[in-house]
Amino acid sequence: MTADRPLLLRTGAALAALVLLLVALGVGAAVGETAIPLDVVAKTVANRLWQAGYALEPIDEGIIWNYRLSRAVVAACCGSALALSGVILQSLLRNALADPYILGISAGASTGAVAVAILGIGAGMLTLPIGAFIGALVAFGLVSVLAVRAGRGTSAIILAGVAGSQLFNALTSFIVTKAANAEQARGIMFWLLGNLSGVRWPDVWLALPVAILGLLVCLLHARALDAFTFGTESAASLGIPVRRVYVVLIAISALMTAVMVSIVGSIGFVGLVIPHAARMVVGVRHGLLLPASALIGAIFMIAADVLSRVIIPGQVLPIGVITALFGAPAFALILSQRRSAL
Amino acid sequence: MTLAANGIYWSVGGAAILSDVSLDVRPGEFLGIIGPNGSGKTSLMALLAGIRKPQRGEVMLDDKPLLAHGRQAIARRIAFVEQQAETTERITARQAVELGRTPHLGALTPWSKADDAVVDRALEEVDMTHFAGRLWHTLSGGERQRLHIGRALAQQSPILLLDEPTNHLDIGHQIGLLQLVREQELTVVAALHDLNHAAMFCDRIAVMQGGHIVALGTPAKVLEPQRLADVFGITVDVERDSAGGCFIRYRRPDPRPAKLKLVAEAR
Repeated sequence: MTADRPLLLRTGAALAALVLLLVALGVGAAVGETAIPLDVVAKTVANRLWQAGYALEPIDEGIIWNYRLSRAVVAACCGSALALSGVILQSLLRNALADPYILGISAGASTGAVAVAILGIGAGMLTLPIGAFIGALVAFGLVSVLAVRAGRGTSAIILAGVAGSQLFNALTSFIVTKAANAEQARGIMFWLLGNLSGVRWPDVWLALPVAILGLLVCLLHARALDAFTFGTESAASLGIPVRRVYVVLIAISALMTAVMVSIVGSIGFVGLVIPHAARMVVGVRHGLLLPASALIGAIFMIAADVLSRVIIPGQVLPIGVITALFGAPAFALILSQRRSAL
Repeated sequence: MTLAANGIYWSVGGAAILSDVSLDVRPGEFLGIIGPNGSGKTSLMALLAGIRKPQRGEVMLDDKPLLAHGRQAIARRIAFVEQQAETTERITARQAVELGRTPHLGALTPWSKADDAVVDRALEEVDMTHFAGRLWHTLSGGERQRLHIGRALAQQSPILLLDEPTNHLDIGHQIGLLQLVREQELTVVAALHDLNHAAMFCDRIAVMQGGHIVALGTPAKVLEPQRLADVFGITVDVERDSAGGCFIRYRRPDPRPAKLKLVAEAR
C-alpha cells in the first residue's frame, strides 16, 4: 500500500525523485557536441532565473539556455506524458500492449502536420504543431466513434486504434507521395521519426503545463485505476464511476500524447515500455506506479536525447530511432519475462 | 437495508434476457437463485448489483432507485463477486483483498490502520492469511475465489451478491465457502448451480427459467420433483427430513432410443 507509508518516507521519496530529475536535466544540458561543465549549467540557470550575475562565456550560456535546457525540459515532459498515457491505457484497457500510439493519435498527428506542411491547409495561419494537434484530435475522435460502434469492449478500442492508425498512415503516405518534393519528403520523414532539434522555450510553456496537469489528473485517479485490476465490472462494484473515469483518463492521455507529438513528432515505445519497467521497480499499485513511470519516462527521454546528439559526431539522430533501438529489445525482454511468470 | 427488483426487463441485441422479474430480498436472508444455463441468473445479479441498468422496471435499494444512490454509496452497501474475475497484473493476495476498501477511501480519507485491520480480518475469514504475500498468478482457482470473497468481506457492505461462487472449487471448498458466507451476518443473494447446496444453505430459493422467476420460497417448498423436471429436464427424488430440510437425489435418465445414438448408427 502506498498510502499507509509514513508521511516522512513519502516526502523523502518525492524529494529524491525531484533531485534525480534535476540532475538528469543538468546532465542533459551539459552533454553535447561541446561539453559544458555542470557548474556552468547551474550558474546559467541562476543567472537567468534569479539574475545571480555570474560571469560566464556568453556562447556557453546561450547554448545552455537557448538550446539544450529547453530541449531537456521538453524531452522530460514528453517522456513523462507518454509514459503516463501508457500506464492509463494499459490499466484501463487491461492490455499490456496498449500505448498512446495504438489509439492512432500519433498517426493522426502526422497526417495533420503533413497536411499543413505540404498541402498548405490553413493558408499559413496554422503552424505544423497546431496541424498535428488537430490531426491527433480528429484521429482520436474517429477511433472513439469506431470503438463505441464496435461495442466498447476491451478489444474494440484496440482494433479501432489499429484501423485508425492504418487509415491515417495511408493518408500521410498519400499526401507525401502526391504533393511533396524530395526535400520536403525528407524533412517530413525526419519529423515523423521524432525530433527535438527545433525545440525552444515557447514549446516548454506548452509541454510543461500539459505534463503537470496530466500527472495531477492521473494521481487523483490512482485508486480508480487500481480498482480496474479485475476489469470494469469489478471496478464498478467497488464504487468507481467507470464511464466518467474512462472519459477523463482517455481524454487526458489523448491530450498529453497529442501535445507532445505536435512538438516533437512521433516517438514510439516510450508509452509501451516505460510503464512495464516502472512496474518491475515499484509494483502495480498506481499510487507509486504513476509517479515512478513519469520519472523514469522523463529520465529515459533526456538520456535518449543526449544519445541522439552524441552517438554520431556532428549529426543529430531522430530521437524516435534511439527510443526504438532501446525500446524494442526491452519490450521483447519484458514480454518474454511476463510470459514465463504467467 | 432492503434490495428489490420491480418488474425489471433486460435484453441484449433485441433478445430478452430478463422480462418482468420482481424480487424482494429480505434483510439477513440467504437467497439462492437457481436455474439452467441461460436462464438469466448472471444478468439478474448484474442488475441487482447496479452494474447494468434495467431497460424497464427498477431495482430499488431502501425504497430509492438503486442507481440514484451513486456508485460509491452503492458499493458501501452492496458487495458483488462476479464469475471468474481474472487479472494478469502481478498483485499479491493481500492487495487483491485491499481493493475491497476502495469505496471507503477518498482524497480526504486515505488508507489507515483501521483499513489494514479490516483486510487482516477478511484474509483470516477466508483462511488466506498464510498466502497474503503470494502473487495472484501462483494461486489456485479455489484460492483466488476465496480472495474474491475476502475482497467482498473487506468491503463491509451489508448485502453480498455472489454469482456462482463455487465454480471450479472442489467439494470441500464449495461447502466451506458457502458455510463461511452463511456465518456472516449479511444479506446474501447467490446464484448457485448445485441444488443440494441451495437446499442446505438457503433460506429461500428463486427458480429462474427463460428470463422469468417461476418459483420463489423455502427450499422445501420450491424444490419439487415436477418443477425440477420442468425447469432442468431432470428426474429426481426429493427426500425430506423432519427439520424441514430436503435432499435431492438425481436419477439416471432412461436410455435414449437407438436412432439418437450416433455410435449405434455408425455401426
